[in-house]
This record gives sequence, structure tokens and C-alpha cells, in this order.
Amino acid sequence: MKEFDELNLPDNLRYTEDHEWAKLEGDVVRIGVSDYAQDQLGDIVFVEMPEVGDSFEKGEEFGTLESVKAVSELYLPISGEITAVNEALVDEPELLNADSYANWIIEVRPENADELEGLLSVEQYIEIVKG
Amino acid sequence: MNNSDSKKTTLYDFHLGEGANMSLFGGYEMPLWYAGGAKGEHLAVIEKAGVFDTSHMSVVTVKGGGAKKVLQHCFTKDLDSCIGPKKLSLVNKRCVYGLFLTEVGTVIDDALVYMLGDEDYMVVVNAGMGETVVAHLINHCESTVQIKDCTSAVGKMDLQGPLAGKILQRIIKAPEQLFSSLPYFSFKGSAGECVSETTVELLDGTPFMVSRTGYTGEFGFEFFIERPKLQHLWNTVLKAGGDDLIPCGLAARDSLRAGAVLPLSHQDIGDWVFANTPWPFALPWEDDEQKRLSKDFIGSDVVGERVEDEFTYPFAGFDPRKIQVTEETVVVGESGDNIGRVLTCTTDMGIGRVEDEIFSLASTTENGCPEDFTPRGLSCGFIKVNIPLDYGDVVNLVCGKRKIQVEIRKDIRPARTARRAVNAMLDNDK
Repeated sequence: MKEFDELNLPDNLRYTEDHEWAKLEGDVVRIGVSDYAQDQLGDIVFVEMPEVGDSFEKGEEFGTLESVKAVSELYLPISGEITAVNEALVDEPELLNADSYANWIIEVRPENADELEGLLSVEQYIEIVKG
Repeated sequence: MNNSDSKKTTLYDFHLGEGANMSLFGGYEMPLWYAGGAKGEHLAVIEKAGVFDTSHMSVVTVKGGGAKKVLQHCFTKDLDSCIGPKKLSLVNKRCVYGLFLTEVGTVIDDALVYMLGDEDYMVVVNAGMGETVVAHLINHCESTVQIKDCTSAVGKMDLQGPLAGKILQRIIKAPEQLFSSLPYFSFKGSAGECVSETTVELLDGTPFMVSRTGYTGEFGFEFFIERPKLQHLWNTVLKAGGDDLIPCGLAARDSLRAGAVLPLSHQDIGDWVFANTPWPFALPWEDDEQKRLSKDFIGSDVVGERVEDEFTYPFAGFDPRKIQVTEETVVVGESGDNIGRVLTCTTDMGIGRVEDEIFSLASTTENGCPEDFTPRGLSCGFIKVNIPLDYGDVVNLVCGKRKIQVEIRKDIRPARTARRAVNAMLDNDK
């Protein structure tokens, strides 16, 4: 597993305590998992994603990541409607191990874009990762 | 991991040095996987080769007048009728798989019994089980038999995978002598007090024992050696294997053996009656209909009778998703009823489905496998249910709100190599 200083934690993203990241792209928010999360999980072998059009509340489970080691639930950082899922992950879930930022998991149309501001900054997230 | 009661194997420092994720298993601190991860280890054993520290397993010797008699009484295999389709007697340099049962037909442990000579046997049982099995055998034998737990003196490691023969070939003296007439479930060489009439030596003269057996379903060997020399053998094998070989942990061992439909003692077989299992070959059935046992032994009264409400089946899922096995995990049948529990659930990363058929990384177009097949992995394992099911039936495994669909299977990972002829697995120009 990676040492702390090997982790890639970009400062232009918002994070959650559950190790998701979120980034505003136009009028939708892209959601993925952090480098720390993919590293902890190891070889990711299956990504369970919601249907486009599904709506979730902030904090609700929207899918799972399955690695050889473990199953990990994915929680939506903000309330909203799913506008896209990253279909490439269906056939190549290992893309998340290769680059968990380029390979977003879902896009959400936020109910309330202000919720994004309530998420963790990279500095706050680093404190959580360091424990 | 600060369990002061936990034991370390001879290779503990190696595991830590290779960045292994360690966990307690059978009282020992064992590697679950190394830095490269369990998936790569699983695939390496199917495509190339992997090496496993199995020195946590127990080695027991049973020697002297009455040795055969006590094994015939306690071990489920009939030593007078167990080799090959003709059910010949166990002979020197051959070994057999079977069980030690209680009077009520439940499993104490599974074992391989090796015949070293007349009234001279080596019995290999699971981690931490040496003492229990020794006590059980002593309870049932005459005083002329010497039964001893040799675990502290004999180390064990496994070399598994289609390239295992080519790697072994490079490190031993007179490989042609070892490989001539070395069928599945046979062995040559000696390890400490376990002395056969044959010799296997590393190029530097270090003696060891080579058994053509394993727990992965793939071609390969189990090695036994005096424990102080285990590290030397391990290093020699790793060096000879080069890029074709990686060390593998318990997670890969578990997923490989589940895909090969092999049971884990105390998980898939255990403190319940051994009946209606995918492993009828552990019992000395005289006939294919499984009506008559060829001998009486401890537990035979129970396991020889029909049991109507306990059935163990292998299963494979439709994608790599697993279910966690907890006390709340249940099997839900077509009717919606809870029909049993999950014994093992893991993911065989080397297999996948093409329509109704399962193919492996090792499947070829001759097997009907599409050329562009890439396995994504399938969950697999064993369930124990209270009604009989048919192969092809689909049931749900449920843990809390998580649910996965699985199919009852006769077999799981196809194109396994364990039974391939040795000569086809060697470099023949050497």
C-alpha cells in the first residue's frame, strides 16, 4: 500500500469522510473515489452503479466497489439526480486503480449546489487520511 | 496482530520483508497477500506459478506394528482399496486424501496419508491440528504404534501452477529420476523422520520430499523438508522461478481452491455430519451409487446411512460480487424461504461467463472459448442447505440488504491443470 506522501490528493476537489471526491463541471457534479480509497481497496473487480435518472439524498448509498479484499459502499456526497454513469467501468473496473480522478464514477445534477461547499477541503481530508 | 499466543512460521521475516498483509490463521500469523495483491497471485498460479508458505500445516508420523490398523480404523479412506479406478491398495510412494471423523460422523479434520513403507505412514493435517489428531489416533491404537507430531521438525511449502515442473527441474539433481513415474498423488524423497526409499536432492545435495499434490487445482507440488532448511528451499525455488513465479498468500490459496471445488477444513466440512457433499471421494464407497462402504471405521455407521436434510453444494455467481459470510448470511431458495447458510464465498478472478458457460483464463478455443475472452471473475464457494438442489438451480445469498444470485454447479473453474501428465509440463530438451 502507498505511503502517505505517495498519495495523489488534488487540491481542486472536494472530499468526504467516506473517501469520495466531488467536482463541479458546468451544471453537474462528477463523483469518484480518492486515491487513498482505491489504494486501500486494492484490485477493484466490480463497480455497481445506479441507473441514470435515479435520485438520492446526500449520504445515501448509490453503489458499491468490490475488490478482491472487500466490498465498499459508495455514498452520494450531495443530493441530486444521476445524469450519467461511467460505462467504461463496467468492463474495466481496474481503471479506478489506475487513476481514480480521471475515471469518475457518476455525474449528478445537484438539488442544491451549495451542498458542495459543505464538503471537506483537501486540507481537511488529509487530516482524516492521516487519522 | 499483537496476539502473544500467535505462532510465526519459519518464513515470517520473508513475508514481512515482501510487504505481506498478515492475518491470524490456525494460530499462525500468515500472509493474506503480498504487496502486488491477491488477484495477481491467483492469476499467476493459473498462468505461470506461485509459491505458498504452508509450513503452518501439521505433520504426524504413524509407525510400527499396528500403524495400518489404526489408520484403517480412524481414517475414512480404505488403505486396501483406494488407488485409481480399480481401487488398488495404497503402496509406497503414494498418498491419499480422506478424513478423520468422530463416532457421530462429524469431521475432526481432513488429511493426506502418505505411505512411506510397511507400517510407516506420514499424515498431513491442518494448522494446529497435529496434537488433536495425535491424541485421537493414540486413543484408538495398540501400544506398539508410535504416533508423533513432527510439525516442529518438518517444514512445508507448495509450488503450484503450470510452470511448477519447469522450475523444479532447474533446482534438483537427477530430475529425470523424480519425474519418471510421478502420477498425481504420489511422492518421492524424504524429510526428517519421514523417510521413503527414494531420494530427491537440491543441486547442493539438500534432501527434501516432493509430493505431486496441492490445494489449488493447478499442476504442482508440495515440498516437505527439515524445518531449518525450509528458508533455503524457499529462496532456491524463488530464485529459479524468476519472473515466472511469485509468492502467494492465503487469499489466493482460498480463491484457487474454491474454484477447484476443494473444501477448507473447519469451514466447508466440520462439526456436522459429513454427508451429501461434493467430496464423496473422501469416503471408501465400493460402488458409484454410494450404497456400500468397503470398510468400517469411526463414523462409518453415520456417514454410510442416507442423510435427508443436509446438502452441501458448490456455486458460482454471475459476476465477481461476493457476499460476506456472517451469522446473518443466509441462502434463499426459489420459494423465498431461508434454506441454509453460506460456508465459503470468494471470487475466482480467473473465470468468467460467456452466455451459459464458464471459461477460464486457461481455456482455449478448442474448449469452445471465444478468442477475445477476458475473465472478469465470478464469485464462488459452497452452501449448505436443508433441501436437495439440482445443478443449474439459481438461489440468492443474502446478508442484510446485500443480495447476490448464484448458480448451483457441479464444477467451477474449467481447464484446471492438476491432473496433467508430468512429462507434458517439463522442458523436455533438458
